[in-house]
Amino acid sequence: MGSVLSTRARVWWAVITVVVLVGALFPVLSILMTSFKGPSEINSGTFLPPQWSTDNYEQILATGGSAQELFLSALRNSVGISLIATVIAVVLATLAAYAIARLNFPGKRLILTTALGVSIFPVVSIVTPLFNLWRNIGLYDTWPGLIIPYLSLTLPISIWTLAAFFRQIPWELEQAAQVDGATPWQAFRKVIVPLAAPGVFTTALIAFFIAWNDFIYGISLTSTSAARPVPAALAFFTGASYFEEPTGAISAAAVVVTIPVVILVVLFQRQIVSGLTQGAVKG
Amino acid sequence: MSADTRGARRAQPEPDPAPGATDLVPDKKAKAARSDRARAEARLGWYLAGPAFVVMLAVTLYPILQAFYDSLFNYKLTAPDDRSFVGLGNYVVILTDPVWWRDFAVTFLIMVVSVVVELVLGFALALVMHRAIRRLRGLLRTAILVPYGIITVVSAFAWFYAFDITSGYVNSWFDWVPGVGPDLNWFAHQGTSLFVIIASEVWKTTPFISLLLLAGLAQVPGDLEEAAKVDGATAWQRFTRVIVPNMKAAIMVAVLFRALDAFRIFDNVFIMTNGANNTEVLSLLAYRTSIGQLQIGMGSAISVLLFLCVLGICFVAIKLFKVDLAGARGES
Repeated sequence: MGSVLSTRARVWWAVITVVVLVGALFPVLSILMTSFKGPSEINSGTFLPPQWSTDNYEQILATGGSAQELFLSALRNSVGISLIATVIAVVLATLAAYAIARLNFPGKRLILTTALGVSIFPVVSIVTPLFNLWRNIGLYDTWPGLIIPYLSLTLPISIWTLAAFFRQIPWELEQAAQVDGATPWQAFRKVIVPLAAPGVFTTALIAFFIAWNDFIYGISLTSTSAARPVPAALAFFTGASYFEEPTGAISAAAVVVTIPVVILVVLFQRQIVSGLTQGAVKG
Repeated sequence: MSADTRGARRAQPEPDPAPGATDLVPDKKAKAARSDRARAEARLGWYLAGPAFVVMLAVTLYPILQAFYDSLFNYKLTAPDDRSFVGLGNYVVILTDPVWWRDFAVTFLIMVVSVVVELVLGFALALVMHRAIRRLRGLLRTAILVPYGIITVVSAFAWFYAFDITSGYVNSWFDWVPGVGPDLNWFAHQGTSLFVIIASEVWKTTPFISLLLLAGLAQVPGDLEEAAKVDGATAWQRFTRVIVPNMKAAIMVAVLFRALDAFRIFDNVFIMTNGANNTEVLSLLAYRTSIGQLQIGMGSAISVLLFLCVLGICFVAIKLFKVDLAGARGES
């Protein structure tokens, strides 16, 4: 394609871009608008709020808001549990991926195949036995009770993605640095770590998204605000009164938990895309 | 990362098992040294990769075995003392129950429709990103990553509220479409409910499939396409004769992964209809039976069947369509 676009091509690209942007962002915009509708306008049947109101945000964030306790504890649970599950998965996966990329040992394929098998495992198949077991050993409705099953979501993808990343690291640079007089530790820290860090970070980001998105474990293995994460809490929100639909509060909470996603995506789109396709296609 | 450095890195030779040892030392000794070294390397490999391997097995293999064991019993948490061995009885009950087959059909329908729609949309999106100038590409990628990163439950609520008869605006926006009007309750009928459920599913997961296809497109040799163009092939011919055959592996992997994912659909259905009006899917049936009704035995049997279904889809894909998962996923 030439560097100078014809006017016709420009118009085409403008149209295409607008279509993609609207398609990708409209539902987000839609729930954003709903979140600014006051209690009397929720059923206005319009896209824009007839009158802008922050009532819903006060409900979930302000002290004394009817859903504040519920939402904030869910947010705390979600952030904490997802972060811990991500860190554990990435640490274990980094070790495994290093071995897969650098060492020659029997069982390499087995580990990768297992990771693949685990990643296609239906979550709901694991939930029933865990539900029963967790109730017997006291892990039901606790943080570890969710962190452990979350590993089934975060670990396989981390291994795949990191193994693909590590395969591309020019490991001979490490020896080169040692030849130039660096100690093994210096060579590792100054040469390998900076090369591996972006891959590890990207993997952590993707693993976090997956843990953050979980719903089945969240609703099945928790019962109170002690461990219930955001997606599960949203499904169990109740209105300010028994007869009131919690539409507004849910929308506001949905917007609040979407903001970090949007920020991460804007900051790291390049890394996320390379991470997602890294593990998926030979490259 | 540029393609040439990548190629160079891939060409990196396997680490020499015993550098310098082969020339000077007699063959036998060298072999011993090599196997010692190989053994040490294998041990180190398993020390490093072992924990991850064990954790993966512990969180999936153990539960599915437990589920299989539990599925052989008539076991309800509401009456735990009445537990009795029924063999494959639970499976007979499930497979002769029309509910299972109805849910199976609904799940299968959602899977097929959403994967087909996503493949078409995803390809269009991938081609757009592939051809776009650099600056535009960043913008487009950022935009489509929003649905990818968003929580599925949030997506479900967004689509639900937009279509809902009391809070939604879709009915008034689209009342010019035959059949749509102020009285249309989307979530009171099977077809319309499934339409919104699939729409939410497609919106959320098309970005993933399009990124996989985009990576596949990057592997189609540019000169092949150029040559076809010179030979006078139309855009459509180039697409069907050059592009698609050259990225068949990427397409197959993307389709299989999405199909398996769609088959496990749960969140969208739970939020929007909770299975009402014949929209229940298999995951929801398993959840409702074991967590909702505390029928552990029956629920476990459904879980095992669901697992077998996923295995079956994999088997069909790999045997019939020759999808090379390992190869296409970077394992050499």
